[in-house]
Amino acid sequence: MDVNKNTYTFVFASILVIVLAAVLSFLSVKLSPKQEANIVKEKKQNILKSVGIHTSRDTADFLYNQYIKEEIVLDHNGNIMTGKAFEINLKLEMKKDLKDQNLPIFLASIENDRECYIIPLRGKGLWGPIWGYIALENDFKTVFGAVFDHKSETPGLGAEINTREFQDPFQNKLIFKDKDFVSIKVVKGGAKSGDDHGVDAISGGTITSDGVTEMLYERLERYLPYFTRMINAQKEENNDTLSLQLDSIQI
Amino acid sequence: MSNKKGLFSKNNRKLLSNPLNDDNPITVQVLGICSALAVTVKLEPAVVMSIAVVFVLVFSSVIVSVIRKLVPTRIRIIVQLLVIASLVAIVDEVLKAYVYDVSKQLSVFVGLIITNCIIMGRLEAFALANNAWKSFLDALGNAFGYAWILIVVAFFRELLGSGTVWGYPILESIGLTSDIGYSNNGMMVLPPMALITVGIIIWIQRSKNKKLIESK
Repeated sequence: MDVNKNTYTFVFASILVIVLAAVLSFLSVKLSPKQEANIVKEKKQNILKSVGIHTSRDTADFLYNQYIKEEIVLDHNGNIMTGKAFEINLKLEMKKDLKDQNLPIFLASIENDRECYIIPLRGKGLWGPIWGYIALENDFKTVFGAVFDHKSETPGLGAEINTREFQDPFQNKLIFKDKDFVSIKVVKGGAKSGDDHGVDAISGGTITSDGVTEMLYERLERYLPYFTRMINAQKEENNDTLSLQLDSIQI
Repeated sequence: MSNKKGLFSKNNRKLLSNPLNDDNPITVQVLGICSALAVTVKLEPAVVMSIAVVFVLVFSSVIVSVIRKLVPTRIRIIVQLLVIASLVAIVDEVLKAYVYDVSKQLSVFVGLIITNCIIMGRLEAFALANNAWKSFLDALGNAFGYAWILIVVAFFRELLGSGTVWGYPILESIGLTSDIGYSNNGMMVLPPMALITVGIIIWIQRSKNKKLIESK
């Protein structure tokens, strides 16, 4: 048989490609549940990390169920919708019009029944998407913790946003200045000491740092109606308990 | 009839042992350097990378050798690439499913096995002209020749650069801490030091192995 004839070459190439494609698609179908499970666990791991719980991927499932009390979905007015926050794909949501977006938020209860609200973030870095989670204390002003990650930022520069050196300074920063929303800025050249609204940027990673600033502002702003609502509700609750206490004193 | 001497004839054994030393793909042929520099910061990714290359090289060699008489000459490079690329895709999928962390560390380098010169080189130079058993031995030899260099380099880089071996802080446990003025050499973590480490291995190898010294 002449293996160098044109027809033979075509037939050989076609058969080879079909066989290899079949093998690969079979494998992909078989392995995808396991791969997706890994991605889900990693997401849980990251959510927990924003409230200071560092865990391995294997225990992430268990700890997630233990600490995350509620998975809430909000509309742009801060009304609670049906659905689970964990299943919201932020990438798809952010392509929608503002008023059609579903806003996911997680309620975590950590030690001493301290409550934290965790907000997923997503924005643009220099080379590709960056994302993360920011946890706010239940005064909706103070940052409890933050984690960031990236797809393809420059190693040693922008890629440093996923290190604790960058993330830890976010703790105890404030996203409100008196009553105005200011978010948190990543400041090139370093934040001044005592700056409650700024953290140090990464030298050489200016565009990624600016990306983090923009991402925080853009995402947190969406939740302002919900924050106001919750703060007002808290005030009323406090007034109620106060008046209850007064009542009991009178009796 | 020299090739009827049995599966482990002297010639066949040489196919396996030569690439480990006299004809090592990294230190003598200087192939596959890019991945050797990139994945040797820590021992674990280096070992996983080695296993991946052993797998890809052995299977692609055997497959190409088996079908070598059926492959049209004009598209032989494409056929080789298809076989390699499919095997690499398999490795990538398996890593993502079973060792997710390592697969994130290796990231693009798994994909780059496709372009690893050692693999194309062995297929083109050996597997296309020899039977499956010989190709198998040749592939195994070359893959392990690549692997042992990778692992030695990774061992020293992790030990001196991060003070750990397979993530275990060995220097700290024998008392070499910053309290007594010891600090890890950050240079070791960077790619240039991988090149220098490979260079040192080449130096030691050539000073031991007279066959490799070029005549003046």
